[in-house]
Formats: sequence, C-alpha cells, structure tokens
Amino acid sequence: MRAFLILLRRELALAWGNGGGPLLALAFYACVVTLLPLAAGRAPERLASLAPGIAWLALALAALLSLERLFERDFEDGALDLLALGPAPLEAVAVAKCLAHWLAAGAPLAFAALIAALALGASPHIIPLLIPCALAGGLAFSFLGGLGASLALGSKRGGLLVAVIVLPLYVPPVIFGAGALDALAGGLPWTGGLYLLLAYSAAAVALGPIAMAAACRNALD
Amino acid sequence: MLRTIRIKDLSLVRGERRLFSGLDLEISAGQAVALTGRNGAGKTSLLRAVAGLLRPAHGDIGFEGEAGPLEAEVARSDALHLVGHHDGLKSTRSAWEELRFQSLWTGGSEASARVAATWLDLDRLLDLEIRRLVGRPASPRGSGPAAGQPPVAVAAGRADGPAGRRPSRGLRRPDGRTPGRRWHGAGRRARPLPVPYRVVEIGG
Repeated sequence: MRAFLILLRRELALAWGNGGGPLLALAFYACVVTLLPLAAGRAPERLASLAPGIAWLALALAALLSLERLFERDFEDGALDLLALGPAPLEAVAVAKCLAHWLAAGAPLAFAALIAALALGASPHIIPLLIPCALAGGLAFSFLGGLGASLALGSKRGGLLVAVIVLPLYVPPVIFGAGALDALAGGLPWTGGLYLLLAYSAAAVALGPIAMAAACRNALD
Repeated sequence: MLRTIRIKDLSLVRGERRLFSGLDLEISAGQAVALTGRNGAGKTSLLRAVAGLLRPAHGDIGFEGEAGPLEAEVARSDALHLVGHHDGLKSTRSAWEELRFQSLWTGGSEASARVAATWLDLDRLLDLEIRRLVGRPASPRGSGPAAGQPPVAVAAGRADGPAGRRPSRGLRRPDGRTPGRRWHGAGRRARPLPVPYRVVEIGG
C-alpha cells in the first residue's frame, strides 16, 4: 500500500507538472463543446436537448486525448522497467496510473461537463445527476483508456491505435450516462442508466488493471 | 542475503531471432563481471532475464543465499537492481524529487536518500531539473583503466552505507575487504575503489 501511494503521488505530480496535460484536456473539451453546437444548429431548444450528449461525447474525446501516452513515456525512458521491478505488482502500478489520470484530468473534466451542459442550455435539474455520472464515466474512460494505451505500447502509431481500441469500449458508458441524463430531463426513470454506468465503471476498474499489467509485461518481454 | 546467481543452459530469443543458447554462468557475491559481445548479442537481454523482465526460451536462472536456494521473486526484490540503458528519470522533475522517489520505491526512506546525496556530494545539484543534468558526466571522479593496465570496475558508493540497494553492495576485493571500508569521510573526500572484474563474452 505504501508503494502504491508513493507511485500515485508521483503520477499526480507528473500529470500536473508535466506540460499541463489536464489543462490541455480541458482546453480540448472547451473547443469540442464550442464547435459541436455550430454544426448542430443554434436553436436553443435543439441545443438544450443535445446538451447531455454533447457533454458526454466531449468528455470521452478529451479523456482519450490525455491517455495516449499514459504508459508510453515510461516505456520509452525506462521508468516502466523500474516500476515492473518495484515492490508493487504491475496491476497496482496500472491502478495508480489510471487513478492519477482520473484525479488529474477526469475529475476536472467532470466539472467542466457541468459548466458546458449549463452553457448549452441543459435543464438545471439534471445537474445533481450530471456530476456523479461524469465522475463514474470518467473513471471508466481512464481505466479503459489505460488498457488501450498499454496495448499500444511500442507501436509506431500508438495514438491512432489507442483510439481504435478504446472508442468502441467508450460506447456503453456514453449510452448509459447520456441516457440517464436524457431520461431525467424527460421525466422518465433514470436509475437504470446510472446503475448500468456504475456497474460498467466498476468492471473497468476491476478488470482493466489485470489486462494492462499483462499488456505491459508483453511489451517489456 | 544473495550469495550466488547461477545460470544454466540459458537460451534467449527475441522475436524470431535466437540471441544465444547454452549459456552457463555463475556469479558469486563480491564478483564484478563485464559482459562483452557484439551489438545485439544479448548482453542487455541477459541482464533483463536475470532481473525477471524477460522470459528465457530455455534454461534456468537460480539464486542462492547463505542458507540455500532463494525464491526468484525474493532474491530479485531484495538483492537485485537493474540499471538499464535508459535511466527512467523524468526530465521535468528535480534531481531531489527523482532521488527521493527512487529511494522510497526501492524500500528506502527520504532520510537515506538525503544521506546518499550528501555522501556523493550531490547536494548542490538536487534542486536542478533532470533535463539540466542530462549530458553531464555521471561521476566526475570515475576514470577508465590506463593503457596496459588490468581492467577495473568502479564501485560508486559505500558498500556499508545506509543508502541500501546499490549495485556496489557486496563487492569485495580479492583480499576480502569490502570496498566501503576504503572510503574515508563524505562528500568531496570520498573516493571510488577500483575492483577487478571478470570478462564474460556473450554470443561469442
């Protein structure tokens, strides 16, 4: 546990101190949220109905942007060797890296989603659900993105490969999260979507690190 | 404590290529060994296999302690440290942040990292970012063997110091004295000790 906390602290410091990765993700999020309404039409009613979907789509894309080099930088500079030989198993290393990504980028993006949804004219009464949905969805995005980043280790066009691997896995949380928000906005039962989103995120957190560790071992071998 | 690394009939394969096969090698505590061989012969891969990062295609890598065979995981975590071609340091972090992390990650403490930095006379450099340090000589004190002289390895560190797991730990001179005892004082006054080494050719 001590080693896990040491690594988590380092990963957080790297995320915030290394060229502003989370800030870049937030800037990208703002760009996507600004651009999509220009393509979808400017009628307020239309934007209000699209707001939850736009917020979720931008969240997924912004999370993906900062995940590309989650393991690649460590692989290139030899730090992954050090981590693999350390006291914590690679599964714990993967959890620490994804958790740090979520804390550094996923959580700020969740609050950005709140602002974006309001700015697009979403109904204020979905706000209490938007934050937990975005946080849970962001957790799934971080762990699934980590899986893609680990599978793409050592490949020449890793960024593209990560997107191809990860985007299909992002479909369920987008459907469940945006569906729950839509249902709440329409006065329909919304708990089913939230529960499915939480279940999917829990599965990603539980199973993702095992696959990530295996992919890292394969890349190091 | 690890006493012997015993490699028997080891074969390593990378992709479709067999690097070497049938390697037998025994290294005892206190010995320094230089692996030589052409590019791609498998020197680095052998070290990675000993460290557990690479699975051998064939053969065994065994570890023995004072009381008999050791579990590979125990031996690797307690007594081995791999310094590869890449240092694993983050260029935007300070030397102190990286030294502290390396110490904590390998089971040491912040105090031991501070002591090690003082002994190696690195205090003045600790606030610098790693990228400002890269490219400078790793040690201003070490030097290669002069022409006609027997090869030597430099044990960079005190073997009996509190900084813990370093490659130099356990190195012994032929007369049985530990190199650390030859070090006097700390900082600028400390000097590395030349240690005779054995040459092993890989893939020859």
